[in-house]
Amino acid sequence: MSLGPAEVAKIAHLARLAIREKDAPAYARNLSAILDLVAQMNAVDTTGVAPMAHPLDMAQRLRADEVAEPNQRKHFQAIAPRVEAGLYLVPKVIE
Amino acid sequence: MHDKTIAQLSASLAAGEFSSEELTRVFLARIEQFNPGLNAFITVTAEPALAQARAADQRRRQGEAGPLAGVPIAHKDIFCTNGVRTSCGSRMLDRFIAPYDATVVEKLNAAGVVMLGKTNMDEFAMGSSNETSFYGPVRNPWDLDAVPGGSSGGSAAAVAARLTPGATGTDTGGSIRQPAALCGITGIKPTYGRVSRWGMIAYASSLDQGGPMARTAEDCALLLGAMAGFDPRDSTSVDRPVPDYVALLDQPLAGLKIGLPKEYFGEGLDSEVARVVEAAIAEYRKLGAETVDISLPNSQLAIPAYYVIAPAECSSNLARFDGVRYGHRCENPKDLLDLYTRSRAEGFGAEVTRRILVGTFALSAGYYDAYYLKAQQIRRLISDDFRRAFAQVDVIAGPTSPTVAFNIGEKVDDPITMYLSDIYTIAVNLAGLPGLSLPVGFVGQRPVGLQLIGNYFAEDRLLNVAHRYQQVTDWHQRVPAGF
Repeated sequence: MSLGPAEVAKIAHLARLAIREKDAPAYARNLSAILDLVAQMNAVDTTGVAPMAHPLDMAQRLRADEVAEPNQRKHFQAIAPRVEAGLYLVPKVIE
Repeated sequence: MHDKTIAQLSASLAAGEFSSEELTRVFLARIEQFNPGLNAFITVTAEPALAQARAADQRRRQGEAGPLAGVPIAHKDIFCTNGVRTSCGSRMLDRFIAPYDATVVEKLNAAGVVMLGKTNMDEFAMGSSNETSFYGPVRNPWDLDAVPGGSSGGSAAAVAARLTPGATGTDTGGSIRQPAALCGITGIKPTYGRVSRWGMIAYASSLDQGGPMARTAEDCALLLGAMAGFDPRDSTSVDRPVPDYVALLDQPLAGLKIGLPKEYFGEGLDSEVARVVEAAIAEYRKLGAETVDISLPNSQLAIPAYYVIAPAECSSNLARFDGVRYGHRCENPKDLLDLYTRSRAEGFGAEVTRRILVGTFALSAGYYDAYYLKAQQIRRLISDDFRRAFAQVDVIAGPTSPTVAFNIGEKVDDPITMYLSDIYTIAVNLAGLPGLSLPVGFVGQRPVGLQLIGNYFAEDRLLNVAHRYQQVTDWHQRVPAGF
């Protein structure tokens, strides 16, 4: 599978990554090479094989719906890029 | 002092030959002397280490100490350490001070270990050479022109150079075993679910597993015993008792059946590495083991399946880094989209970017079945190969890596060639099995590792099989020149 710079730009947008235009061709080349490697999977017929999501085929454990963690807002806000009055600041979302 | 194993240090501390504080000062001095040349540590925590050491000495005086009390170790910088920078080798987390301890850190602290610092690693554990780190490459103590392997390259180099007697690592596709092999040390990736992933920064959650790296299997047994166990905070943690790994080290090997997969000795394996690995297997025959030729027919599909599953999971896990609540934020974002896209582009390096893009593509509308679902089906086939093999044999042996350590810069521009260095380790993660690498010789001055793969939760057997070999050989005692 071969991807061009325009397709890379589309995937980058989905991934919310700003790729510089001058880097797009190199990413396109790398991604195409990786997808060629991945295409080796098609050599095997997997019809009827159950997909394996968990190595031990275990179900995720559920816990009781109870508060288990203490409130550590101050502690967590100390490492945030920008906060004010207990809120995380971001650029204006609605014009 | 610095050349003793953890087991020997533990005995010396118990006998009062020296204090943990004295021992810790020795290692801190070695880090100061050698780290500028190796770049194995991202952060050195000298003052907290000395405080932990004094507390451990106090515990020993009061007779409350377990075997690891006062033993210095280092943590891979992927484990959250409360109040200490946890960078994951990335600019994204360059200024991230973790607000809590990972379960592994908490458990080792409870055992009384002393943390010397945080070790260098490939960015977000994505790499096989430690060259993708934001903090620069780590050098291999056996040959400073060579990579230490990755992603736990800093931990491996630090142990090999005697800057720490042991370290933690994580392994998603070989990141404990491959650097252990390339640096001539011992490391074990436990069964998926054996060691808690809580507080271990996620790369590919269905594959990631933490484990110990040290010079000997005995030391790995000591560390793993303290790290393993059920953790209600990790929903994939397995609730199953932890055996006494140290007590089980001496089981005899007579009658042990070692499977040799023909796919691990074929094309792509360096002939000199093959020679060293075959000599190690001959040693096992002398110890009473029987070797059986086996086949893992889907082995060649492991790398293709991995490079769908791991990037898919990484694209999802790393979506949390958005520049809002923690991590890198770009200057003067013009709107929210700009904040996301520029913060992420500036925060992530090229290899992380590649994997996020591959994963995003594989999970995007119209491609899911052809990539992600197909890869999960292949994963089942690979797992079934191992299941059949373990009906016949007790452990599987082969090379850990197809070559010895390559040169810094040699593969950095060619992701595909780099990916192939994990050809023998990746299938083990896909199946969720435990795997261990131990040093078994050299090609030139660069070490060779033997990989042992066990059945689910057979960490005790792997450590035992490695330990018996280390009782009759001295590869694990070799010291790189100049250290």
